[in-house]
Amino acid sequence: MLADGHEVSCLDEDPDSHARLELGLESSWEDEGGQFTVGTGLEIDALLTAGIETADVFVASTNGDNTNIVIAQIAQRRFEVETVIARILDPYRAEWYETQGLHTICPTRVAIEMLEADVRKISSERESGEQLGDG
Amino acid sequence: MARGDYMLVVGAGKVGWNLTRELIDSGHEVTLIESDRERYLTVEQELEHRVLYGDASELWVLERAGISRAAMVIAVTGDDEDNLLICQVAKDKYGVERVIARVNNPRNRQHFDLLGVKPYVSATDLIMRLIEREVPRYGLVHLLDLADAKIEIIDLLIGEEATVVGKRIDQLEMPKGSLLISVVRGGSGFVPTADTVLEAGDEVLAVLDPSAEEELTAYLGLDGGDGGTVNRQTI
Repeated sequence: MLADGHEVSCLDEDPDSHARLELGLESSWEDEGGQFTVGTGLEIDALLTAGIETADVFVASTNGDNTNIVIAQIAQRRFEVETVIARILDPYRAEWYETQGLHTICPTRVAIEMLEADVRKISSERESGEQLGDG
Repeated sequence: MARGDYMLVVGAGKVGWNLTRELIDSGHEVTLIESDRERYLTVEQELEHRVLYGDASELWVLERAGISRAAMVIAVTGDDEDNLLICQVAKDKYGVERVIARVNNPRNRQHFDLLGVKPYVSATDLIMRLIEREVPRYGLVHLLDLADAKIEIIDLLIGEEATVVGKRIDQLEMPKGSLLISVVRGGSGFVPTADTVLEAGDEVLAVLDPSAEEELTAYLGLDGGDGGTVNRQTI
């Protein structure tokens, strides 16, 4: 997103994550225009420092579904961020929160769809291959 | 479908396990849900089929536990996010009328308010209230804060130096919007009448508009300033 010219602020409880942001960058994350805050998404102070009040988009993509669901709702209801996206691994819950007005991305669902598509493609190729062979 | 008396308790820690036992003993139908396998096996030895193994933040676990017929869900895990979301889906998705959530970190209370999960119980708050009650400096205990109703009930101990000792209820100049509702004296309580005389050592309950609290404490000599140490400690 930073490379696309957007202003990006990253909040993470692990200070070491900062190094990961710089992988593949020629200068530091900050020099490239990024912002980094150490803290958890449940800490209002950390969210404020990270600049949630001026954010147009808020993405909750920690490795915990519960955390993502809670902080996405905080961003949406308390800070009224216009676009809020939450990563939810559990497809059933992703579906329900989607009906509750939360924009969700379910990596499990995406992976299932990709796998299904691949399997279908391979089996249909095989079938058509067999048909050709028969003919 | 009418919902009976069925309850779900989530989290078989000390709180959840003991609570479930008490509820069962008092005749309720309860299922306890625990996500840690070892803890589940321990608790299962006592509670048998009334404890269920699974992560209650997953909807199918709640469904298997019969949430659709539950009248109450009590989430008392050690994880505030779990407690919050379990209660939220219980209310909003499954129409459970009554939920109670445990708040482990008092800083998270604001998130429970934001997502409309009420009431919540915070052990820290309860202990703070006990401290306020035991440490005389405060002298005044909030029993109940009905924030939405704009009304609260407080508990006051009348000290020996208090100006109201020896006064009759109808002689008191209670601030507008406040009312004494009961007096506990010598271990038994009664509702005061106009001619009740207040004595040192009486414990009184007052119901009041929160905006009248400052005036009431000032009137009873609680609010520093001219009150001095004795007043502060005894009332």
